[in-house]
Amino acid sequence: MKFWQRFLNLDRKWIFLGIGLVVIIPLLFPLRLPVKPSKPVIDLFNRIDTLGVDNGVVWVVTDFDPGTMPELMPMTMSVLRHCLTKGTPVVLHGGLWPAYIGMAKMAMDNIAVEFPDKKIGEDYVFLGYIPGVTAVILAIGIDIETTFGTDYYGVPYDSLPMMEGVKNYEDISIIVDISGTRSPEYWLMYGQQRYGVDVGIGCTAVSAPSYYTFLQSGQFVGMMGGLKGAAEYEELMERYGYPTGRRPATVGMDAQSFGHLLIVVLVILGNIGYFIVRRGERKVGIERRKE
Amino acid sequence: MFIRRTLPILIAFCIGFAMLIQYFIPHPYSERFYDIVVQQWFITIYAFMFIFAYRSFFSHHIRKVKRRKTGYIFSIIAIASALLMAVGGFATRRGDFFDSLYNYLYAPLQATMFSLLAFFIASAAFRAFRARNVQATLLLVTAVIVMIGRVPLGDYLWRGMPDLIEWIMTVPSMAAMRGIRIGVGLGAVATAMKIILGVERTYMGGT
Repeated sequence: MKFWQRFLNLDRKWIFLGIGLVVIIPLLFPLRLPVKPSKPVIDLFNRIDTLGVDNGVVWVVTDFDPGTMPELMPMTMSVLRHCLTKGTPVVLHGGLWPAYIGMAKMAMDNIAVEFPDKKIGEDYVFLGYIPGVTAVILAIGIDIETTFGTDYYGVPYDSLPMMEGVKNYEDISIIVDISGTRSPEYWLMYGQQRYGVDVGIGCTAVSAPSYYTFLQSGQFVGMMGGLKGAAEYEELMERYGYPTGRRPATVGMDAQSFGHLLIVVLVILGNIGYFIVRRGERKVGIERRKE
Repeated sequence: MFIRRTLPILIAFCIGFAMLIQYFIPHPYSERFYDIVVQQWFITIYAFMFIFAYRSFFSHHIRKVKRRKTGYIFSIIAIASALLMAVGGFATRRGDFFDSLYNYLYAPLQATMFSLLAFFIASAAFRAFRARNVQATLLLVTAVIVMIGRVPLGDYLWRGMPDLIEWIMTVPSMAAMRGIRIGVGLGAVATAMKIILGVERTYMGGT
């Protein structure tokens, strides 16, 4: 019983050390544990995969900040790689809130290095950030040119060859909102419901359960939920011969696997210790009362 | 009184009611009104919110610094950081300096804050996650299954794990979430109606 009492009072620095080790070691020596794609991810992948050059642009929105970057940046990069490899025109929208523009810029810089033959303005466009949140979503349904005016680099909208004929949601094949916020609901309410545009999402693992209702109702085309969703998308990309980079989400899943395992082991041992100690304390209490 | 109380209520009523009925009237005038409100007024008003946010931010922190309140040094850092990012953004718009501030200061700081959660959650789960009663046991068992099932290791341990997880997410979890969402939706409609009709006035700072 003494062992379990000491175990239950374990200094948290040992738990921190354990978590640190099980996260860092798999990142340094990746196992690449196999990932089985789930239906929501397969649906999103297939929707993008079946798009042609003439089906309209894919509108990718980076509604996340550095806090959720490890989960959501691999999704952004995978979708951008998918579109650019296929030759599908893709627009990167720097999010509905000002802090997210840096994430879009980071993705854009990586894309410029990975696809040197693709030209900005012709194969992809970076539209930056416009204040307004829901107003921006509604305004895109009226006129994109009036809403944004220029791209992120200040090039007038009418000088972007790829955007020729792209006026509103009718010219957008799918919105892919990669989000660490509630923004998928805004795109759903003001984009999908009002204008009928298809919406697919990438979200953090924490918020994924709240979006299953919209998947079942068919309001979302598909979903990448958390790092697992990102890893599943990478898996599908590899299966179909698309470039995947270093598969950061798949490598991250190794770390997450062992992190989860350690927490589960700690919780189970903590409960065993709790019951042993509680039973011991009860016994002592009964004996004292008898005395 | 008129400017502070009655006029905002009147504006909220007129615009709120007009936008509500506009949705059901597909007339060109109605659609033009919608275009103006959404593309010009809404976005412009939203941009002005940043000015108010900055004013509120600075007045709060400057007051703290002037009165030398506890932790006022953090207010100085907050003011300096806000100014640095704003000046960096305006002076070198879309330039290397602003990108460097974002990539090498803001991003690592925020990522660090968020990643600390993993350590604290592990510690908190170990100490607080106890099967004290039936409800807690149910939560504990579900959490353990989902945690293992949401990673590739779960598939290794038991082939049926991914399907079990999918069932948990798409049946019991979704049923609960749908109930919550319907409740929230009805609440939002009721609150919106109260604001439009001037019953709810707390957004003006009163009660």
